[in-house]
Amino acid sequence: MTGNTLLSVEDVVVDLPTPRGNLRAVDHVDLTVGAGQTLGVVGESGCGKTMLSRAILQLVPKKAKLSGRVMFDGQDLLQLSPEKLRKLRGRSLAVVFQDPMTSLNPVLTIGTQLIETLQEHLELNDATATRRSIELLAAVGIPAPEQRLAQYPHQLSGGMRQRVAIAIALSCEPKLLIADEPTTALDVTIQAQILDLLAREQRRRHMAMILITHDLGVVAGRTDEVAVMYAGRVVERAPTPALFKKMRMPYTEALLAALPKLDAAPHTPLPAISGRPPDPTRPLQGCSFSPRCRYAMSRCQREKPALEAAETSAHQFACFHPIETHADANV
Amino acid sequence: MMLQSAPSISPDALLDVDNLVVEYPVGAKIVHAVSGVSLQIARGETLGLVGESGCGKSTLGRAVLQLRRPTSGRVSFDGQDLTAMHGDALRQMRRRVQLIFQDPIASLNPRRRIGDIVAEPLVIAGVKDPEKRERLVHEVLTAVGLDPTLVVGRLPHEFSGGQCQRICIARALILNPEFIVCDEPVSALDVSIRAQILNLLEEMKGRFGLTLLFIAHDLAVVKAVSDRVAVMYLGRLCEVGPSEQLFARPAHPYTALLIEAIPVPDPDVRPTETVPVGEPPSPIAPPSGCRFRTRCPRADQRCSDEVPELRAVAPGQFVACHHPLI
Ligand SMILES: Nc1ncnc2c1ncn2[C@@H]1O[C@H](COP(=O)(O)OP(=O)(O)OP(=O)(O)O)[C@@H](O)[C@H]1O
Ligand SMILES: Nc1ncnc2c1ncn2[C@@H]1O[C@H](COP(=O)(O)OP(=O)(O)O)[C@@H](O)[C@H]1O
Ligand code: SF4
Ligand code: SF4
Ligand SMILES: [Mg+2]
Ligand SMILES: [Mg+2]
Repeated sequence: MTGNTLLSVEDVVVDLPTPRGNLRAVDHVDLTVGAGQTLGVVGESGCGKTMLSRAILQLVPKKAKLSGRVMFDGQDLLQLSPEKLRKLRGRSLAVVFQDPMTSLNPVLTIGTQLIETLQEHLELNDATATRRSIELLAAVGIPAPEQRLAQYPHQLSGGMRQRVAIAIALSCEPKLLIADEPTTALDVTIQAQILDLLAREQRRRHMAMILITHDLGVVAGRTDEVAVMYAGRVVERAPTPALFKKMRMPYTEALLAALPKLDAAPHTPLPAISGRPPDPTRPLQGCSFSPRCRYAMSRCQREKPALEAAETSAHQFACFHPIETHADANV
Repeated sequence: MMLQSAPSISPDALLDVDNLVVEYPVGAKIVHAVSGVSLQIARGETLGLVGESGCGKSTLGRAVLQLRRPTSGRVSFDGQDLTAMHGDALRQMRRRVQLIFQDPIASLNPRRRIGDIVAEPLVIAGVKDPEKRERLVHEVLTAVGLDPTLVVGRLPHEFSGGQCQRICIARALILNPEFIVCDEPVSALDVSIRAQILNLLEEMKGRFGLTLLFIAHDLAVVKAVSDRVAVMYLGRLCEVGPSEQLFARPAHPYTALLIEAIPVPDPDVRPTETVPVGEPPSPIAPPSGCRFRTRCPRADQRCSDEVPELRAVAPGQFVACHHPLI
């Protein structure tokens, strides 16, 4: 990654004790995000995307065991005191969740929540904080922002609530925004609007972003780099154009194939990935994708492929039998 | 050609919805959820219904099945007027139609075992023989790709969203219905499970000879399974037409907007950012004239004065717009 690295996740592991045994939600993940860059994290539900973002935010469940290093803006977050962490979150490290009600308080007005966030992190008087709140609501596309200050979250539609959550996340000009499936619960048109909004604010603020989704279509036009996760691990990672031009990991290919194609005739069966990801309390000895992989051979059941660089160091994948592309066939 | 009566497609319409109106009173006000919708679905056809959240898709689906009685208008199923039916006659008719919901987990009773959940329609329909019920439950669970022996004794929370949706589909199929309203059956599912469930619905449709009303907010999903698509906005139909034709040449500005909003998995296709900011106005006080006019780039005076009626723009394609794109 070019430019200065803002976030670097090094060998992060998240273990959760469960009645069925240890559940490894995040399994030795390494990632970096440069200042102002967007990283897309893609994978099916349950593959560890949210837990990874919670590890970055140091918000894993109490009983979880977290190891590795999370370097953010020159500091190791695992070493910070709870007090320092709290200051950091909401200030230079912000998050937007899939369900906006996760971050909004149902019993406080929109205005109170925005103003409190601003005053907690920045030393603003009431009048300035109110003015900033109105500006922020306008910036995220909320009509009649002055009137909205007095409204409660339940008085807004899902799309509007997500805009408010984004306004709060942006309020202190964070350096990194983690957006965890910010549009999965929303309509396609509202999704497009929210993604446009995030992209615009990101450019304007030169903010870095981690955009988490299960839809490769969402990351294609909106990220600089993509990390594909499966069963807690990053299984392919590449600059976005390189990934779409030359997918190497069978799982990535399968995720893309499962999307309905606009140019396919109606009633064309979708190449669905059969089955589900493996039970994370019962890790497989070999490649986690092997039970579902159409390219699997005997080695795949025995050994776990490591995440390794392909032709260019920027493109990495974890597979013994990567997909050969046309470009390869010609050399 | 003026059409508030349906764009007629086939003499063999299994379902004929004529000028359906559904209103919900809220306090002293009225929510205009469905305002004069007409459509037909031929036997064996899948009609896709798309539109944003709150535009009235579920209300329309429920009113078609008489789960919510319409304020006015008529729904004929296989030549019989459902809106005029009551009591036993309606109950008999209801065996032939089913509904599948968006949230598969919430639509299963958490305290009942899967075997009982799937058998419930049989009990209601008066199938008294427990062995027969068990046999049918096993058949239908197998058909939706679940192993009955592993499934029947367990509770809903032990299953993933995709598995719960399979169970819901099994429950909907057990009475061998002719017509199913699928109300956003895949909206809550992730990409890979979505593909599995869409394929399953298609397979079941062929196997059970079903006719479907398939509701979704994602036009790409709708297109994958529908012969024709109806686009709805704030209680009214904007456009109806054969799926591929509607995609290739949308006539209504709102259809074009929905197509634009589909994320394309190609990094060279930069998102256009032309999707206008804003959400549908309140269905309590919908705009005069064309209800889409507050977000439409082509709106003019006529659009606020006159309600556009559905009219043919191409073979099989109907649009309600004063200034259509084609
Ligand atoms: N029982 C009710 N009482 C009052 N208003 C209702 C009721 N049910 C639905 N509505 C309103 O009717 C309109 C249409 O609702 P409907 O549920 O049919 O929309 P939808 O397209 O299915 O939306 P969604 O995708 O959110 O389910 C909405 O404005 C909704 O708030
Ligand atoms: N609080 C928790 N306790 C135990 N297991 C959890 C908890 N939260 C998540 N998990 C498990 O961790 C794995 C990864 O979860 P998550 O990060 O939420 O995935 P995603 O965000 O990709 O859906 C899943 O197997 C999930 O069931
Ligand atoms: S290592 Fe083997 S099983 Fe795993 S993705 Fe590659 S080919 Fe498939
Ligand atoms: S009738 Fe007018 S406002 Fe409505 S869609 Fe057509 S051009 Fe737009
Ligand atoms: Mg998640
Ligand atoms: Mg609905």
